[in-house]
Amino acid sequence: MPTQAITDNRAFLVEKVIKNYSGIFDASTTERVAVIRRDKISRPVIYLGTGTSGSISGAKATLGKINSYLSEARFSADIIEVGCTGFCSAEPLLDIQLPGKTRLSFRNVTEDKVEDILNSVFHHTLPDDHILGQYKQDGLEEWPNIPMLEQISWFSLQRRHILKNAGIISPASIEDYIVRGGYKSLYKTVLNYPADKICEIIEQSELRGRGGGGYPTGKKWKVALDTAGDQKFMICNADESDPGAFMDRAVIESDPHRVIEGIAIAAYAIGASQAIIYVRTDYENSLKILEQAIGQAKDYGMIGEDIFGSGFNLSVSIRQGAGAFVCGEETALLSSLEGQRGLPRSKPPFPAEKGLWEHPTVINNVETLANVPGILENGPGWFKAVGTKSSKGTKLFSIAGKSVYTGFIEVPMGLTFSTIISQIAGGVKDGRALKAVQLGGPSGVCIPPADLETPLDYEALSDKGVNLGLGGLIILDDKTCMVNLARYFIEFLQNESCGKCIPCREGTSKMLDILEGITKRPKEESTHETLERFKGVVQLENLASVIRDTSLCGLGRNAPNPVLSSLKWFREEFEEHIFDRKCSAGVCHDLRSFYIDVDLCNGCNICQKKCPENAIVGSLKMPHFIIESKCTGCAICFDACKFSAIFFK
Amino acid sequence: MDHIFEKYILKKPENLIPLLQEIQKENGYLTDEIIERVSAHLNIPTNKIYGVATFYDQFRFKQKGKYHIQVCRGTSCYLCSSTSYLKEIEKLLKVKAGSLSRDKKFSFETVSCMGGCSQSPVIRINDKTYHHLSLAELHTLIRSLREKTE
Repeated sequence: MPTQAITDNRAFLVEKVIKNYSGIFDASTTERVAVIRRDKISRPVIYLGTGTSGSISGAKATLGKINSYLSEARFSADIIEVGCTGFCSAEPLLDIQLPGKTRLSFRNVTEDKVEDILNSVFHHTLPDDHILGQYKQDGLEEWPNIPMLEQISWFSLQRRHILKNAGIISPASIEDYIVRGGYKSLYKTVLNYPADKICEIIEQSELRGRGGGGYPTGKKWKVALDTAGDQKFMICNADESDPGAFMDRAVIESDPHRVIEGIAIAAYAIGASQAIIYVRTDYENSLKILEQAIGQAKDYGMIGEDIFGSGFNLSVSIRQGAGAFVCGEETALLSSLEGQRGLPRSKPPFPAEKGLWEHPTVINNVETLANVPGILENGPGWFKAVGTKSSKGTKLFSIAGKSVYTGFIEVPMGLTFSTIISQIAGGVKDGRALKAVQLGGPSGVCIPPADLETPLDYEALSDKGVNLGLGGLIILDDKTCMVNLARYFIEFLQNESCGKCIPCREGTSKMLDILEGITKRPKEESTHETLERFKGVVQLENLASVIRDTSLCGLGRNAPNPVLSSLKWFREEFEEHIFDRKCSAGVCHDLRSFYIDVDLCNGCNICQKKCPENAIVGSLKMPHFIIESKCTGCAICFDACKFSAIFFK
Repeated sequence: MDHIFEKYILKKPENLIPLLQEIQKENGYLTDEIIERVSAHLNIPTNKIYGVATFYDQFRFKQKGKYHIQVCRGTSCYLCSSTSYLKEIEKLLKVKAGSLSRDKKFSFETVSCMGGCSQSPVIRINDKTYHHLSLAELHTLIRSLREKTE
């Protein structure tokens, strides 16, 4: 595009669209906006989800195929790479919009499906398979007998405020965001309101921090605003180090300008002229998209010097986290930004009073900030209308693990676990039974099926002693061993413990020893070792409560959660491991007992030769036997048997 | 590497992590000489730099192979048995996680989460991420990379 056109578009969007927040346009503006929104198109548009989950599922190959198809068939069409709608198990998602018709969405479009689908749609017919649904677009002709996307079970219960544009717009285009109401709230903010008024509005909306703590955002901003300081900092925490949670990544990848607008409003509200986005270094795609988005926002004058002529300056920079789980904790994040080891500090003083280099600093999570433009645009009442008494608004959850559908969703606060699992996630994969839902990352808890009617809001969960965390839900089926899972979490936390406080550093490693003792077969049954093992088991609960009560930061305080919650709700499984030395889920390999099926064994003698413990007896060409007391469960015989005669219980 | 040092001209301690990140991106890993040079450049004692660099998982002091394999050990991948990948790769390459194979072609490590939880289990080789690989597919993939000669 020639430079002149860009300048024109920019001037048009800033003057006619952003600055006109009544939303009522004259005819020519409406026309031009419809063209930029792609409601009015002259040739087909193909949208492809190339966010992280799309790319993993093969969207890049699909893209290559689309390009080659178009050039071979001599069709001309625009290809727009979009983020993710959240329906990750349906990726790669391909949408096609023909002029005058609504946008159609196709699921699981791998490379080999492209030709069929494009061929049929371009000839105005529908392929037999892979149709997900169509978008609701006023004034455009609908495809017959195709469900609206919002009627599909994955989307029907969602209330998409933050994800309004996710998977629909191109994250690489600021124009797409502006024609959908973007940056209007920022304009309204810097021109009409003093900083304390913004804090007040956010406080009225009762928005609470989405990073886990649930502290009222407006209050936090107010403290930072009221603290005297010549320099203040606004930090967006996009470290999202909880394995199993990926909503922040998705928001950044799908709608980066929403986050940037939220940051700009927050910075204005606390009087900061510098904002830093702290992004996980593993999120390469997010980094790329954010850098591009910041560049565009600067070009458009949404950040930088003298924003909208108001005299408000803001510079936004990106810092990459270097891969430490503890840096998700706000004070540890500050240490990391200052170039030190990511060690947490004691609070108070809170960062809002003394943060980065002792300056007042507000640290907000991506999701919290993405909520801000909506609140400013529609008012605190709009935000408060959704949710429960104590928790207002919507919340993002990611769904992973053993459910039929996986991805991320935005639902009103207060939906129950069971609704989300059965109605949105489609239940458990392969028709298996649900064992538990894991919430809140490694230091979270496992909720048993009996408690699944608990609503997902801050109060109801804290009554149960559970922290909402970032909102990562992991569905566990009956093949999961809770003891082994607890061991896995403690191993993770022990690795990630920063080492500052002794209870956390030594306690988690001791806990890991005890859990390994339970999940592994003892090498020898000497009296002393058995005694030590049993002592550890008795002490486990005690040790866990000491770590919880005496650690400095959230990581340490929550570290025993996986053990305590599993002990509370799945005690019989621990007892089975300890007393019977059995793992009924078959996950703890060391506890397996191997047997030989006499009907299948033809006495080839291989297992007997390979067994390091001489636990297998039998003569050639006769069925063999395993002596249970000698067997260490190493599974060498299991791997060696060519006739599948060896099985385990 | 000079251009990276020129970028961080100010002797501020907060430049330490970004500087190390950029150097690692260019060089692949950190060496003692690099740490000494950073120390002289930023006026920070080497022991402090080692303290910071060993704290974060991102910094490595060992060379990367031509093919760098990362196995995700996030909760979701763990549940979907990414551990079997780990064992399989250890068996195939005859090295433990965190080291380099003898022919210097492969290095492999575990990572805490790649954010691909909805597609788990995932595994990354250089820039390409694979999901739902069966052990046999993994086998073929690694073998084909090993036999590739360029």
